[in-house]
Amino acid sequence: MKFASKLPLARMRPSHKIQQARALSRFVCAMVCLAASLFLFQPRNAEAMEVKQIKTKNGIEAWLVEDHSVPLVSLKFAFEGGSSQDPDGKEGLANFLTTMLDEGAGDLNSNAFQEKIEDLAVRLSFSETKDGFYGNFRTLTKNLDPAADLLHLAIAKPRFDNDAIERMRKQLLASLAFAARNPERVAAKTWYEVAFKGHLYARPSNGTEKTIQAISAEDLETYRNRVFARNTLKVAVVGDIDEASLIKLLDRIFGDLPEKAGLRDVPQVQPVKGGKRTVVEMNVPQSVAVFGLGAMARKDPDFMSAFVLNHIIGGGGFASRLMEEVREKRGLAYSVYSYILPYRHTSVFSGSVATRNDAIDKSLDVIREELAAIAKDGPSADEFKNAKSYLVGSYALRFDTGSKISSQLLGLLEEGFGPEYLTNRNKMISDVTMDDVKRVAKRLLDTDNLIVTIVGKPQKPGDKS
Amino acid sequence: MNLNPFGFSLTKSLLLIMTLLTPTMTARAEPAVKVEEYKLDNGMQVVVIPNTRAPVVTHMVFYRVGAADETPGVSGIAHFLEHLMFKATEKIPSGEFSKIVSRLGGQDNAFTGHDATAYFQRIAKEHLNTVMEMEADRMVNLQLSENDVVTERNVILEERRSRIENSPSAILSEQMDATLYYSHPYGIPIIGWEHEMEKLSRTDALTFYKHFYAPNNAILVVAGDVTGEHVHKLAKDIYGKLPANPKIASARTRPQDPPHRSARRVDIADPRAGKASIHRDYVAPSALTAKPGEAEALTLLATILADGPTSRLYKKMVVTDKSASSADGGYWSTAIDSGKIALYAIAADGVDLKTVEAGLDATIEEVRKSGVTQEELDRAKAGEIAQYVYDSDSQSTLARRYGYELAVGRSIADIQAWPKKIEAITVDDVKKVAEKYLDIRRSVTGTLVPAPAPAAADSKQAPSAGRG
Repeated sequence: MKFASKLPLARMRPSHKIQQARALSRFVCAMVCLAASLFLFQPRNAEAMEVKQIKTKNGIEAWLVEDHSVPLVSLKFAFEGGSSQDPDGKEGLANFLTTMLDEGAGDLNSNAFQEKIEDLAVRLSFSETKDGFYGNFRTLTKNLDPAADLLHLAIAKPRFDNDAIERMRKQLLASLAFAARNPERVAAKTWYEVAFKGHLYARPSNGTEKTIQAISAEDLETYRNRVFARNTLKVAVVGDIDEASLIKLLDRIFGDLPEKAGLRDVPQVQPVKGGKRTVVEMNVPQSVAVFGLGAMARKDPDFMSAFVLNHIIGGGGFASRLMEEVREKRGLAYSVYSYILPYRHTSVFSGSVATRNDAIDKSLDVIREELAAIAKDGPSADEFKNAKSYLVGSYALRFDTGSKISSQLLGLLEEGFGPEYLTNRNKMISDVTMDDVKRVAKRLLDTDNLIVTIVGKPQKPGDKS
Repeated sequence: MNLNPFGFSLTKSLLLIMTLLTPTMTARAEPAVKVEEYKLDNGMQVVVIPNTRAPVVTHMVFYRVGAADETPGVSGIAHFLEHLMFKATEKIPSGEFSKIVSRLGGQDNAFTGHDATAYFQRIAKEHLNTVMEMEADRMVNLQLSENDVVTERNVILEERRSRIENSPSAILSEQMDATLYYSHPYGIPIIGWEHEMEKLSRTDALTFYKHFYAPNNAILVVAGDVTGEHVHKLAKDIYGKLPANPKIASARTRPQDPPHRSARRVDIADPRAGKASIHRDYVAPSALTAKPGEAEALTLLATILADGPTSRLYKKMVVTDKSASSADGGYWSTAIDSGKIALYAIAADGVDLKTVEAGLDATIEEVRKSGVTQEELDRAKAGEIAQYVYDSDSQSTLARRYGYELAVGRSIADIQAWPKKIEAITVDDVKKVAEKYLDIRRSVTGTLVPAPAPAAADSKQAPSAGRG
């Protein structure tokens, strides 16, 4: 984007920080939506952080944190499904739908709907991951009623007018054309193609030119009918609203959705074994690599230990091993990081690095050596202690805005945890022992099976001694 | 929905950072926000924004120095120094700064603009004292080893490859800025020109540091669960003991542009460009240089003309003519010497870029000739003023906004008066600034087409890597 050169440059790319990740690629967004539940707070101010569990007469479940300090209401919701529910040959359908819900609904055509949104200063957006379809709604308290009516129309009565569909189709096709030349996007997309070959997770969430061309109004409506249903709906609300008002509001917004979703089956899957290295040639001066392995499921007893381990490896910014070895000691990259991304039907430990073409393999060698070293010896005592200290100490930073709190709550709801998770979470981190981390490192960091995708023009140094 | 395909590039992540900083895109003051201001004896400005929502604080130090204050030939030194500030002092070993913050459960980072440089930590409030001590220490005690400098120089060269060289739209943007400004350093990229970055030295960094980093050139902003009184006392004890640097000039004088008398053009063909696009930037006043009411009118003009699916550009080019698949833009006002209006459109398949440009020009001419409607103006104002309330949800957003605006020379009163001034703008005010500033002679037009580039130009745009 062309404003770039006027912008302040940050010292570190905030790629895995919840607050700023919204503007990054879908790939990172997917990670963040799910990672939300990993960064939970323990209420320090129990009064302010009381979570009310609500069930309306229509069976809609929601969590509410009342906060009247700012005249705003933040409502986030999720339906199970996402792009893994796209029909074969219609890949990109869920993503297409995220662009169509504010393009006219009920009696309002696209322009009338958009003008209403702006008149009321509503902030409304939709997104999808492989596993979920998300809505993010914020309004000033004073406009809550008419704003909620707009949200209701958007999800229950979208028009899918032909003109709007064709406009969005053009934008989606243009996005695909840009993404196809963006090394980061291609590296991530290729990684999933390789790792999950033959599974629904291998498919491109944004589709292909051919599948986007194939999507019709009927497809959009069919998807909406299948996926938008009360039995998979989760809602998190934070802000200037009380329980009684919220109950009424929820029935108004979601009450006329079908009771049950009609989801296609998504099998469990593990990333392919055998250690794949895939290069996609692109004429850029810097190669971008994505590396990864299968990881523990969210409810695996070892998950928390793996979470601590990942922080040590590449989740902790400048405190992480990869940042220290690749950037700080060797100056090989600006950005290097890792994360654990627990999907509903698999789990992934993955990371990324970008280095000039003639040194990308050096970066990858360093990463591979560090992963192997941690698998063999575990982290140092300091690394272990410091990681836990950060993870416990920083929880409060995850709930200093209404919008962030609603993200945290929604993540927990999606994963089937109760609000007691909030108070237990730091103890779960504290209880992780060095032995746990060492055991999990051996289980997780199987570098023989590391899947690597590189986009650029990687050059192997002539004398690789 | 208005998709921005450029949004999928790395650089878009910065747009969000920018939106936290500029009063024109989203960041405006909430009059209800309580802000307290103090001044230390050594000249350091202290701003406190109490917010008791969570037991955390955002601690920021802004320096009134940025890339536009660099000596000619050493472009990138402001940003390079920002990286090097995380190396050693007498008390803190190299690279330990961020690790200490992290051990305390905090997060830290820093950023550099043309007009300001900032360092910040977000942390539990009981550690405010510690991060203040650390920030004060590196304000005056930085130690750089030759090895640290050489390694970090490779990092910023990789950063340049990530942000600029791997992205044709970023290359175009850099070329457009260099063309838009005749003499002013806003034409030089913040990250620096590659050939100059390769030569940045330890001496360059320390010279810059010793001149510009001092309490009388700094603004402390603390937002969060604190009182003004408490922060003022801590600041007096910790920052108050640092010596001022009397050599720092109070006026920030940069080479100024002569009048812009000719429309300029930059055309880039790059096989990596996804779709053909057209970009248009106009030099406009900033909130600081504008005559009363002009920056506010420009803000509303940019919203009506280019922001989102109800904008003139989108309706004309994307909805009606269908010559573009997207069209968008904005006004950047938070700057010392001048602001900028930036517009772009992505050509629809099969539409010649000349046709797209004609549509862009026609839309601009229409708004210059006939102005905007009252309905459009009211809608733009509603969005602008509501954003104040949305922003008050976040202490970090408030801290960044106040810090950046103060660093370019605006006052707290200026920031807080903004919604009232927005409210007062009339359709006539908007028409006047449209006529005056959307003048093609003040602009540069950039095109980016996905055609193969001539061999020579290609090797220049994508330099063979690895020399750094």
